[in-house]
Amino acid sequence: MHARTEAISETAPSWPKDIFAILQHFDVRQVPYVPDAGHSQLIERVLGASSMRAVPLTTEEEGVALLAGAWAGGQRGVLLMQSSGVGNCVNMLSLTQIFRFPFLTLVTMRGEWGEFNPWQVPMGSSTAGVFELSGIKVLRASYPEEVREVVEAAAGQAYNACTPTAVLLSQRLIGAKVFTK
Amino acid sequence: MSKTNLLDRRRVVGHLLAERGDAIVVGGLGASTYDIAAAGDHDRNFYLWGAMGGAVMIGLGLALAQPKLPVVVITGDGEMLMGIGSLATVGLQKPANLTIVVLDNEVYGETGGQASHTAATADLVGVARACGIADARAIATMSDIEAYAPGMQDVSSGPRFASIKIDSANLERVLSSRDGQFTVTRIRGALGFGPI
Repeated sequence: MHARTEAISETAPSWPKDIFAILQHFDVRQVPYVPDAGHSQLIERVLGASSMRAVPLTTEEEGVALLAGAWAGGQRGVLLMQSSGVGNCVNMLSLTQIFRFPFLTLVTMRGEWGEFNPWQVPMGSSTAGVFELSGIKVLRASYPEEVREVVEAAAGQAYNACTPTAVLLSQRLIGAKVFTK
Repeated sequence: MSKTNLLDRRRVVGHLLAERGDAIVVGGLGASTYDIAAAGDHDRNFYLWGAMGGAVMIGLGLALAQPKLPVVVITGDGEMLMGIGSLATVGLQKPANLTIVVLDNEVYGETGGQASHTAATADLVGVARACGIADARAIATMSDIEAYAPGMQDVSSGPRFASIKIDSANLERVLSSRDGQFTVTRIRGALGFGPI
């Protein structure tokens, strides 16, 4: 399992490592995800962590329900997804209010900042609004040096104050996806 | 409309939960939650009144968090169909302590009895097996229900999936608590976890 983390390039950005350290600090145990390129380094670290259970999903709403069950069973979790997956979650986000459980999601953004693919733009444009209408607090990180403090604040208010929180990791931070023939 | 020879859902659930031990039981919204309530309120009952399609995933989150406890999801065919992908997720995780029971009346009973996909073409047992849940079976008799129930206590041989064709008659609602915070806090308390 350690080979996975060692495989992460030395030139890779350090902010995914910061996020991973915060998740460890808050004793996050279940990490449901739908893959996204922007989350790939963090997912590799989670897959290599004996204290965390990575749970690949078929659709993002599964992750909201999984985290509700995890909380009932005494474990904290975090949902990793891309902005296009937020729309898939809408009804299931009701659970954050119904159970008032500590919900944290980290969302890599598409459909902004130099986007090539127009199909990403509608959901990327409404991601923050969808969360806010669903009663989820929204924080955003756009620069590598602010990721740590933003995710720390989000995890703190989610796990300590049961304030459901989403962190939007800007496409500016991740870099726009390059499409080449 | 009632069909003959199909099982009575309250009897089925009553038998499944008669010797539940320390099991945590998740009920899908609608009639499945009423059935679980009818079998007797319990501080390890996880009643759902919404979140359609989420029952199996809530069960998976519980099962992964509490691997030494049996976790039983009891839900309906419509609820299972809405979360059908979660069977693939369970198949991948292979939680040995999780049992999924679908009470299949082939209709959306809460909304007027419209036919579900299982009435004609969808084979939930086949889906579960194809998703990697090796112990996937159809159960058709009360004696088989009674034989199946003790196995749900085995936390080393799951995940298990069972589809039980039941009578589609609408029964009197037995209303559980619909307060989600109460339900979850009570389960957490029963497992030894306090509030934040």
